[in-house]
Amino acid sequence: MSGMEDLFRENILDHYKHPRNRGTLDHPDITYEDANPLCGDRIRMDVMVKDDRIEQVRFSGVGCSISQAAASMLCEAVEGRTLDEVRGLSRDDMLEMLGIELGPVRLKCGMLALKTLKAGVYGLHQWPGEDD
Amino acid sequence: MASLNREKSRPGTTAQGRGDARSARQAADHPSGGARVGAIERPERGAGAPSPAKEHPAARVVLGPFDAHAVRKQFPIFRTPRAKPLCYLDSAATSQKPDAVLAAMDHYYSSFNANIHRGIYGIAEEATAAYEDARRRVAAFVNARSPRELIFTRNSTEAINLVAYSWGRSQLKSGDAILLTEMEHHSNLVPWQILAAERGIELRFIPVTGSGELDLGALSGLIADGRVKLVAVVHISNVLGTVNPVAEIVRQAHAGGALVLIDASQSVPHCPVDVQALGCDFMAFTSHKMLGPTGIGALWARRALLEAMPPFLGGGEMIREVKLRESQWNELPWKFEAGTMAIAEAVGFGAAVEYLEALGMDRVFDHDRELAATTMERLREIPDLTILGPPAARRGGVIAFTLDGLHPHDVATVLDDEGVAVRAGHHCAMPLHEKLGVPASARVSFHCYSVPEEIDALVRGLHRARKVFAK
Repeated sequence: MSGMEDLFRENILDHYKHPRNRGTLDHPDITYEDANPLCGDRIRMDVMVKDDRIEQVRFSGVGCSISQAAASMLCEAVEGRTLDEVRGLSRDDMLEMLGIELGPVRLKCGMLALKTLKAGVYGLHQWPGEDD
Repeated sequence: MASLNREKSRPGTTAQGRGDARSARQAADHPSGGARVGAIERPERGAGAPSPAKEHPAARVVLGPFDAHAVRKQFPIFRTPRAKPLCYLDSAATSQKPDAVLAAMDHYYSSFNANIHRGIYGIAEEATAAYEDARRRVAAFVNARSPRELIFTRNSTEAINLVAYSWGRSQLKSGDAILLTEMEHHSNLVPWQILAAERGIELRFIPVTGSGELDLGALSGLIADGRVKLVAVVHISNVLGTVNPVAEIVRQAHAGGALVLIDASQSVPHCPVDVQALGCDFMAFTSHKMLGPTGIGALWARRALLEAMPPFLGGGEMIREVKLRESQWNELPWKFEAGTMAIAEAVGFGAAVEYLEALGMDRVFDHDRELAATTMERLREIPDLTILGPPAARRGGVIAFTLDGLHPHDVATVLDDEGVAVRAGHHCAMPLHEKLGVPASARVSFHCYSVPEEIDALVRGLHRARKVFAK
């Protein structure tokens, strides 16, 4: 398990305090919500798709700093990307964005946004990374 | 026939008289069973007289005024060197274990490890005697009329499931109702949901008020139609700390023709509980929350109910006679203890009860509640902190809270960095959190080894959490 200084690195706190792409879309092509029942984290992803690319993405919800920062980072990373590129995102990619190691409990917080986005876009219900 | 011989020589049977004598002694020490349990429902303090001296190291070490620092020294986890001293504020999840409990289990394994109720050699009889002695101790601890009323289970959850499967499936029928409360732990909720779905039974709930207490005024209306056959209620809430008026609930439930099961997971470990004074019908509690090991808990129930109930699990030991197509059940309590039980854990459970008796449960409860009151006072200095549940006078040693704009996980992570262990989440009570309108909370809870210095560390950590996440 990582200590607090590792867990709450500057970039995590920055995304948590100043989230990017936070909000909802009026007419999303895809909207999907998922929750981590163990800790009450909840994320909704709204996506607008144009020419197989993610034109706009917004997240909303409540949760701990890790889950909210991960959602913010993920939105930033996928805007403008093709759906195939998003399909290819793995657990390791998400961990790389976060730049920290996560223990078994916080891993679920860190993966909730990716899980929600992939489930919404592709109807995947597997844990990200389990399929590869 | 071997079983006949065994019936005669069974240590549990021969020692039965001793167990009853011990209960009688205990009753004499506490002339009024009602007074013992009254201590938990009255906010004022009892004298907290220590239990009669027993052959136990703790009895010699901790006499006179309650000294939590001295108690703490007897728990090896606090002596283990670590970067920051451990501030363990999660005893409602599980308690720490004193030397005496670990030594008792170690002694069993290294001196007389053998299966119980079977061997006729020396160490097997010694193991059987130790196992049954633990049962007598635990039974006497809650003032059961007889050790036969005390069934060892894996934990509280299994004890409640035992009642749901055995009593529920044999006694309840479609159209009956079970009355629960909105503050139940999932363990006193899900077994009844399963039964309800299977048998067409209605579930009803005593509402929780804004102050985190049961709306007792609703009780008579909920049982008025006579369909409620069981009221299953938590004694002390694992989230709110609320001490529920279970004696009054029992009185009203019995008047309405319902039996009462008490989930005593947070009460038996922390305060005097007397099943006879409460008048309940079933009670579930677990060893690991009361200084004992995991893997063992207990169901206490009225003997007449247990006699009429079919077995829960089938297998070895729970039978008197087995033929290929049918069997006769063993007598109580063994009818409900199929297969090899957790013997070492039972021995440890017995040692934990002995340790707690030496401390004095009145004093343990006073200590818990004193720390809770201090903590609630200290938490007022943290901005935007909301404590869930009733005022200190009406709660045990449990405090759950939320910090505006801060997720409990983040609070717990910062606290962890200060060496402070608290629980964050919904504490296996999701419906209650929904009712309170919060997704999750952070919770601190105490036991006999908790000391005020831990509260200082908690408050320091909370200030730091505010600073780390300040926007």
